[in-house]
Amino acid sequence: MLETSFCGLKMQNPLILASGVLGVNKNNLLRAEHGGAGALTIKSISLEPREGHKNPITAVFECGMLNAVGYSNPGLKEAMKEFADLSEFSVPIIGSITAGNAEEFASLAKEFEKLSFSALELPLSCPHTPGFGLLAGQGTPEATKAITEAVRKETRKPLIVKISPSIPNIAEIAIAAEKAGADAINCGNTLGPGMIIDINSGKPVLHFKVGGVSGPAIRPIIVRCVFDLYQSVKIPIIGLGGVMNGRDAIEMLQAGASAVGVGTAIHYDGPEVFGKISKEMEAWIKAHKYKSVQELVGIAHK
Amino acid sequence: MPTSDYPVSYPIKKIVSETPSIKTFYLDSEISSSPGQFVMVWIPGFDEKPFALTKNGKEIAITAKKRGAFTEKLFSLKEGSLLGIRGPYGKGFEFKGAKKACIVAGGIGMAAVILLAEEMAKKKIKIDFVQACRCKEEVLFEKRIGKIAKLHVATDDGSCGVKGNACTVLEKLLKEKKFDCVYCCGPEPMMVSVLALCNKFKAPAQFAVERYMKCAHGICGNCSLDEHLCCKDGPVFAREQLGKSKEFGKTHYEKSGKKTVI
Repeated sequence: MLETSFCGLKMQNPLILASGVLGVNKNNLLRAEHGGAGALTIKSISLEPREGHKNPITAVFECGMLNAVGYSNPGLKEAMKEFADLSEFSVPIIGSITAGNAEEFASLAKEFEKLSFSALELPLSCPHTPGFGLLAGQGTPEATKAITEAVRKETRKPLIVKISPSIPNIAEIAIAAEKAGADAINCGNTLGPGMIIDINSGKPVLHFKVGGVSGPAIRPIIVRCVFDLYQSVKIPIIGLGGVMNGRDAIEMLQAGASAVGVGTAIHYDGPEVFGKISKEMEAWIKAHKYKSVQELVGIAHK
Repeated sequence: MPTSDYPVSYPIKKIVSETPSIKTFYLDSEISSSPGQFVMVWIPGFDEKPFALTKNGKEIAITAKKRGAFTEKLFSLKEGSLLGIRGPYGKGFEFKGAKKACIVAGGIGMAAVILLAEEMAKKKIKIDFVQACRCKEEVLFEKRIGKIAKLHVATDDGSCGVKGNACTVLEKLLKEKKFDCVYCCGPEPMMVSVLALCNKFKAPAQFAVERYMKCAHGICGNCSLDEHLCCKDGPVFAREQLGKSKEFGKTHYEKSGKKTVI
């Protein structure tokens, strides 16, 4: 009932582990697979190793979370070793790469083509790392086009472009990605950035001071973004932002998403949250006499 | 009810020099943690690291050994300076039903088991406490342990107790007595040896394991030990879990996530 296909990826359910949550190594990914995820995205890899920002890198507030991890990752060379063999996984694994410019993105994509990832995701939307994403000017139609085109030349894998819900005219970015050869849009990255201050010391809690906002607080905004994108592009959309339960996942599908990202929910319910959401979706779908998740996609537009 | 989880800072109430390299920082804050759990300690605007509480409840404290940039900064703070705290996190030691226990601590691993000893003593559990450290001057919490347990000290140079390591003492104890559980925290090579001894004597055992800690709430994945996350599933693991581990005593993940040999 929950089985679906996204960009040719066969999934037992439409739930995808979001990049940056767990995903540092294969152990983490296996844990999310055992928790019931339909597909898994690795934490983004850059050319060189990065330690990321100092702690605190996350701050949980009443309605969600802020993070400024700063793209910590072991770099391309280590990633090629860690992900050389993906045969122990039974769900699709999506590779993710991050870079400062189109040329670097292309060289990473070329290397990743040697690995057996089922798809490749390009986050052009991180709001908290100097030299990357929004802080490298990647959140414009021009940069999106240039990077997507450069990567498209290097990969035959399904190509997903992850965009920022913080950009007012998000459709322009998605259209640029689609025209440049993207196979799907991930909507999207964290919103903001936002800030939380420790009032006793008067200092921002996050070491980078600001961080992307995720979790229930941003869900209505993401739902609206997905709704808009569904009318603007023909390629499928991953709805990612604040999905905590089956109801939220179904809402995302109805807005127009073909697959649903899950990240911050793991803070609340652990990696087992995928199984929980799946069960809730299945119960709702049965109760409402639908036969598949595909039937739900875009219902809100009818 | 939605809850927040980020550091809140409080003034340091008192700083006590425990040994030439170890200090305890008392904070004007209240946290209730169970032994083996940890808190994240934030020096506002500087960095944040995991610590065990060495005083619990209405008066809380952490005990630190000077060994890197963070503790160097921590040691420069004065009474009245602010320290942020969040937590407690993770799963602590289990000691329900135990009657006779052995605690084995190496170096600053002491900080993770002192509350355990005190909580167990409240339940009238008999404790043999093995403390291994470099020399006489580095023996920690001697008075606190003396009140509630039989203390066995091992020093590298023999300046206090037995000359040797924790296993020298533990092996002798395991030959003489049967413990309901052995509780251990210390440098990982030491814990690997203690694990091997406990396997040999078929003694139930629990270990408080350390990994590079970032978010501490199960999101970032940096503290992974096999499929476990130290921050959520640990930091305390049972002998059986570690016995099956491909990473315990062998590899950990650095700040960048790079897998590195211990």
